[in-house]
Amino acid sequence: MQMQAMATLNVDDFYAYPDEHGRFGPYGGVFVAETLMAPLAELTEAYERLSRDPEFIAELDRDLQHYVGRPSPIYHAERLSREVGGAQILFKREDLNHTGAHKINNTVGQALLARHMGKPRVIAETGAGQHGVATATVAARLGLKCVVYMGATDIERQKINVYRMKLLGAEVVPVTSGSKTLKDALNEAMRDWVTNVADTFYVIGTVAGPHPYPKMVRDFNAIVGREARAQMLEQYGQLPDAVTACVGGGSNAMGIFHAFLNDRDVRLVGAEAAGDGMDTGRHAASLAAGRPGVLHGNRTYVLCDDDGQITETHSVSAGLDYPGVGPEHAFLKDAGRAEYVGVSDDEALQAFHRIARTEGILAALESSHAIAQAIKLARDMPRDAYVLCNLSGRGDKDVHTIAAREGVQV
Amino acid sequence: MNRIDQRFAELKAAGRTGLIPFITAGDPAPEATVPVMHALVRAGADVIELGMPFSEPMADGPVIQHANERALARGVGLSDVLEMVRAFRANDATTPVLLMGYLNPVEIRGYARFAAEAVAAGVDGTLIVDCPVEEGDTLMPLREAGLRQILLAAPTTAPGRMARLCEAAEGFLYYVSFAGITGAARLSVDDIAERVSQIRAAAKAPVAVGFGVRDAASAKAIGAFADAVVIGSALVDTLDGAASADEAATRAHDFLAPVRQALDAG
Repeated sequence: MQMQAMATLNVDDFYAYPDEHGRFGPYGGVFVAETLMAPLAELTEAYERLSRDPEFIAELDRDLQHYVGRPSPIYHAERLSREVGGAQILFKREDLNHTGAHKINNTVGQALLARHMGKPRVIAETGAGQHGVATATVAARLGLKCVVYMGATDIERQKINVYRMKLLGAEVVPVTSGSKTLKDALNEAMRDWVTNVADTFYVIGTVAGPHPYPKMVRDFNAIVGREARAQMLEQYGQLPDAVTACVGGGSNAMGIFHAFLNDRDVRLVGAEAAGDGMDTGRHAASLAAGRPGVLHGNRTYVLCDDDGQITETHSVSAGLDYPGVGPEHAFLKDAGRAEYVGVSDDEALQAFHRIARTEGILAALESSHAIAQAIKLARDMPRDAYVLCNLSGRGDKDVHTIAAREGVQV
Repeated sequence: MNRIDQRFAELKAAGRTGLIPFITAGDPAPEATVPVMHALVRAGADVIELGMPFSEPMADGPVIQHANERALARGVGLSDVLEMVRAFRANDATTPVLLMGYLNPVEIRGYARFAAEAVAAGVDGTLIVDCPVEEGDTLMPLREAGLRQILLAAPTTAPGRMARLCEAAEGFLYYVSFAGITGAARLSVDDIAERVSQIRAAAKAPVAVGFGVRDAASAKAIGAFADAVVIGSALVDTLDGAASADEAATRAHDFLAPVRQALDAG
């Protein structure tokens, strides 16, 4: 098989990772300044303890059910599937969660951790604003002070989410350094954490960053895959033939992939942002076009030049506009367990319109990448096959971006 | 003998406190860096810490972050930094040069290749901020090439870990004097004095204290109990906006000379 020929790592059990040092094979780890070592150790200890504590687990389950609205359904996109004429396309409806995306699965967990650790202040970085909103939401609910760092460019692109965060009582700090996007917001949030470690919990929104974040954020999002796997067996009597998800940092993709990692017959496909096209250089496809390096506390695939400088990325969706990716995805790529392909801005927009018209769903631009990929796969598969697509967020936040891009006055 | 070790041996013999200025290579202008390095030596620098520009300087404050952005905007890359050290060495064979930076540019260049090039250029050590002692194997090719690997210790460093750092220290151990990014102004001298004296007793290398040292007075206060002081953001701030290499060199000299005098008067 072509996939196995490409694999450079041989892995027996994907659930044996990360190791105690936070490594997924050669990826992951803890690449941070000395000042962050103590808070990371404190966090690792607290997470390892609480994630095994039956009371904490029960509290989290309660919140996921009654506050987030879990479980989210699996929805059969019948008209779309018929139109495509291949495999049946199913959506895991994370867009139906409270706040409209999968991001809340993680922030509910981290905010509970913050409270158990006695930290009265939480900070977060955000790209599309979904993670910022999800953090502001749970902070409001638990009475925690909340500061969200957001690139000035993203603030412009996502005004509605900025206002939403403010309504929820969060302070939104514009970041004007570098490319003024997610990576710069992450740099700034790390600086805040280093300066205020004593009373502050840093809620990272994706499966990147130093250990334990890639593991912790994956674990909090893994409920998506656990539910989906059980729902597939219950409703369709089989596992999906393929699973697609969009990959920026990679949290929704890790969330849905994780339950299927040892089901080797289930094809896992991550859709990265190909922006204007892979050959234009104006994209954010770290796995498809990047190389191993070290960024934001972990070793992973990064987009950088020959001098090691991180390059600016491009995507119509702010949530995918990131030059790195979670280390576990780098690991799955090298192990040949998951494939990562680029989906362009235009393809994502086509998918957005298509499911709006055929299924009555406005999907987030991020999720529209995964939908585009699901359609591509389904086309070449038999009608009795199933492609499960993680519909990770709703698109209300993107309607202004889409209108502006298509020259429509709203 | 490695120039860093040599210099600290000399300082100890003379009973002097070391002075380590930091500048970002290529800032305020690529052509200013070598003249500024010489000016700093004339003003009494014992070790030059030269920042390798990186696009994501996460552990640095706004002053040095902007210096990184200015240097990168002028196209200064790792090859240029090494060339600057080589040019400096042509006229200064004794002052140790320490390269400070982040892992990714070194990783992309390749550790063995970087180590060979750095040694050939006349570099004596490296301080890779985002490579803690736990990931130290990553930097083995640098260590094997003879480059001293400078480790950081912080007020937040737990006792067990501090013992490990003291054991692993080479060249000097760099104590960051408060839990924060570079250049922020909060410093309780008594707290630092207490911690540094404990670390000096345990460390296998001299202890330099930095982060937050801004001028002659704060340098003198710190110098009273440290083997060396590091002064960075305030110097970078001083150089910002210099119209020419000459002006940058003059500013660097005039900034550092009073610091040296204050340390020696102590």
